[in-house]
Amino acid sequence: MTTAALELIDLRKSFGKTEIIRGVNLAVGDAERHAIIGPNGAGKSTLFNLITGRFPQTSGEVRLHGNNLAGKAPFEINRMGLSRSFQITNIFPKMTVFENVRCSLLWSLGYKYNFWSMVGRSPDLTEGAEQILDQINLLNRRDLPAGTLSYAEQRALEIGITIAGGADVIMLDEPTAGMSHSETDYIVELIRTVTEGKTLIMVEHDMGVVFGLADRISVLVYGELIATGRPEDVRADPKVQEAYLGAALEAEH
Amino acid sequence: MDLVLVNLIDGLVTGLLLFMLSAGLTLIFSMMGVLNFAHASFYMLGAYFAYQISIALGFWMGLIFAPLIVGVIGAGVERYGLRRVHQYGHVPELIFTFGLALLIEELVQFIWGRNQMPYQIPDVLNFTAFAISGNSIPAYKVFMIFISIAIFIGLLYVLTKTRVGMIIQAALSYPRTVEALGHNVPLIFMGVFGVGTSLAGVAGVIAGPVLGTFPGMAFVLGSIVFVTIVIGGLGSLWGALVASLLIGWITTFAKSYNIRMEDILNGIGFATPENLDDNMFRDIWAVTSPQIADILPYILMVLILIFRPYGLFGNRDA
Amino acid sequence: MNNPMREDQITTDPAKPAQRMRAGSMTFAAMPWVIAAFALLVMPFVFTDNSAITIMNQMAITIIFALAYNMLLGQGGMLSFGHAVYAGVGGFACMHVMSNTDFFAMLPLPVLPIFGGLFGMGLAMIIGSFSTRSAGTVFAMISLGVGELIAACSVIIVAFFGGEEGVSGDRTYGMPFFGVEFLQQIEVYYLIAFWLMLSALLMYLFSRTPIGRMANAVRDNPERAEFLGYSSRWVRYYSFIFSGFFAGIAGGLFAINYEIVTEENLNTASSGVILLVTFLGGVGFFFGPIIGAIAFTLLQTVLSLQTDLWAFYAGTLFLATVMFFPGGLAGLLMMHVPAIRMGKASKLVVPYIITLIPALIGILGLAALVEMTFHFRHASFGDEEMTVFWTTFDSHTAMPWVVAIGITVVAFAIMRRMLPTLKSAWAEANAAPKANASSQANSSSQGGAA
Repeated sequence: MTTAALELIDLRKSFGKTEIIRGVNLAVGDAERHAIIGPNGAGKSTLFNLITGRFPQTSGEVRLHGNNLAGKAPFEINRMGLSRSFQITNIFPKMTVFENVRCSLLWSLGYKYNFWSMVGRSPDLTEGAEQILDQINLLNRRDLPAGTLSYAEQRALEIGITIAGGADVIMLDEPTAGMSHSETDYIVELIRTVTEGKTLIMVEHDMGVVFGLADRISVLVYGELIATGRPEDVRADPKVQEAYLGAALEAEH
Repeated sequence: MDLVLVNLIDGLVTGLLLFMLSAGLTLIFSMMGVLNFAHASFYMLGAYFAYQISIALGFWMGLIFAPLIVGVIGAGVERYGLRRVHQYGHVPELIFTFGLALLIEELVQFIWGRNQMPYQIPDVLNFTAFAISGNSIPAYKVFMIFISIAIFIGLLYVLTKTRVGMIIQAALSYPRTVEALGHNVPLIFMGVFGVGTSLAGVAGVIAGPVLGTFPGMAFVLGSIVFVTIVIGGLGSLWGALVASLLIGWITTFAKSYNIRMEDILNGIGFATPENLDDNMFRDIWAVTSPQIADILPYILMVLILIFRPYGLFGNRDA
Repeated sequence: MNNPMREDQITTDPAKPAQRMRAGSMTFAAMPWVIAAFALLVMPFVFTDNSAITIMNQMAITIIFALAYNMLLGQGGMLSFGHAVYAGVGGFACMHVMSNTDFFAMLPLPVLPIFGGLFGMGLAMIIGSFSTRSAGTVFAMISLGVGELIAACSVIIVAFFGGEEGVSGDRTYGMPFFGVEFLQQIEVYYLIAFWLMLSALLMYLFSRTPIGRMANAVRDNPERAEFLGYSSRWVRYYSFIFSGFFAGIAGGLFAINYEIVTEENLNTASSGVILLVTFLGGVGFFFGPIIGAIAFTLLQTVLSLQTDLWAFYAGTLFLATVMFFPGGLAGLLMMHVPAIRMGKASKLVVPYIITLIPALIGILGLAALVEMTFHFRHASFGDEEMTVFWTTFDSHTAMPWVVAIGITVVAFAIMRRMLPTLKSAWAEANAAPKANASSQANSSSQGGAA
């Protein structure tokens, strides 16, 4: 049996006395599109930050292609082939759109801490970056400072930066948060094309967004996975129905 | 033994003086996240204003009014200067206070000239309080200790027992939440800045007569105050107190006991090289503790930042 | 419409501008360098007297130092309050090489600054190993502490720093360089100019390398950079040691030019000055520090001859820059690029003239008042005559005050009247991109569908 692209083994996280993530087990296979959904406050973002090494876990393991990620700094995790986006747009606002993408290509194209070659003279960088820009439809914004882009464009750029490094495991944190319906449709379509053939793990608040996109869905409620499976199965699951309905009722108060 | 006691008292005076500056600085830092480079400049302004007032109205009026004026100026700087620069980010804020420190020094020279001002200890306090085996302790030192301790207790009371203090404490950790609760956080900032600078002003008023009132006085003390709050831990009031006293005592003791590097090195097993005068490291062998007393705080700070980047009592990064 | 981002598209073919820029970039990018090299070559023929050459030497050294400093502040986002240390140590190192006459006799003088650079770099490697762990306040504080520490050491470790009187030497003992022995200022000028071109070019090229680009990325968003595979600490460390190298070069040139290096070269005041110079010029652009160094050196040398209060004016200017023009002089210049691109810059000329001339007169009037106040307060008894702007008068009579206040008030009043004209001209000259930008901003603020 092949090792899973990403595997979580009894992952737990406590802040003080409160246990936010209460033993999550999950295996995501190669080239699978997996969505983690759940109502507000379920611990989705915490889980996300645990996997990507932003917070240290309290116990349990995160394995990327079978390698334990415990104690690894974010840049080391990235070099092992996992790339993430952020829920709050996290780009380099003062640099141009092109520069943003080019910077995210540098490490994967082997430039490392190189201080003797010119980025402008490296056709692999320029072409690679333009290819990504083409994929995310931002070629016409190439030379604008990233901070001046519209919100949806910045989200697209965020995804572009995330995939540019060539990581085979892509993690997206609520990529459609705060978007209108048409923008959401657009971004979902974009995610579908750019993550072709890669492992995708995305956290979403809204089940509808991921329904057409994900191969499998996991539902996180109060720090535990209550269901994992194909979208239609998950949707039909009574526990999921209850969790979402319950949350909806609470929200009305 | 008696000399130890005298040094303890001298170190306490220096330490408490440092604390009056570092307390305000650390409060300002923890509220606004900006290190006020010009903090010692307000201390200098306190001394100069007090001198000017003391000519006309005497020392005690200076003690009351100079800190008030300094506080008002401080609040004005926050309101019309810092708040404007704040939108550009932390680094410009730091640069702004740095520029302010330069400008205040120039301004003081502009108004009062480059020479030291004849700002004197008031006659009422110009006597020997007591003597420890021949070493007289002037009454003014005792007065300085009392003032500093009174201010510390007052500050502690305001911060822990009053409503304003509660809000400030809350704003230290959760400025956004406090703002969301309907408190006027910009006003609190301005107030804290004003109070912090006026504390520095008090320090200036009482230190001016002993340490000298001259344009360089801010520079002399300024960087030591930074070192103090960095050692104590940025944003920690207790840290500021402990670090102030620590620095006060370390420098005082280093100055009064002539410890030679040669003895230390011999003590830990290095023999003095024979031709010391030709040796490359002759300067290191010849170092004595009074010589390096003034740089000990910096050495301490660098060590602290390497091994404990948050300082002694700090719990958060800048 | 399933693609909301295409609505306000710019109509040019997206692939073309990129191609065009790349093709033309070589000649276009080289132009400023050629012009600069030419200017450096010709300057001594324009300003021939010795004092001008002295000023230019000082300027060139300051430019290198300020550029090196901006590698940290502008490009790496690290605020240092002790960067003079690296220049100073480089200077001392060169001084010691100069004093070692046997060795120095085998070494042509133009090579000497490399030793300064290596020493600056070596020190930066040691200090940077712990100070670049974070940017922000902690970095600033460590730099201040280390700066004070080394400055204080200079009076203790006499063997290297020479105590209070510093270390001095003679540059002419070096091996003659194609017959040149650097006896004259003008020869030193060309030596410094050569190093200025070389260092500036290398620093510019550094900013175009992968690590140079990542320095910007780490400055803007260290966390994101980490998730792109880069350790932000290492990126800062590299910037730091390269900055230390070029600061050391500047220090070495200082040693060659003045033949003496003292504690003043590495104390906090010098570190403060370089911060001031760099920020005044503008940290956001590569050429900012160059403008800053030129402006500041002129201010320092020319103004200090005219008035004792030059530091006061410099401080005021600095504070005004921080408060109102955080982009510095370079930022002010670059603000005009969009208008120039659209060919509408000429609309600004007249409004600028009618606003800035009264403003200038007003500022000069204020300066006159400051000078008069200073004289009134500090002039020795009986010395009541003073000269401001070629006018001599008695500062203890009312008339000059009335005149000065009158001129100042009237000038500022005219300026205020003219400001709306300038503002509307400015808006008009920048009209097109403004409208575009606002429509983009509008499209971004659509609410969430949660």
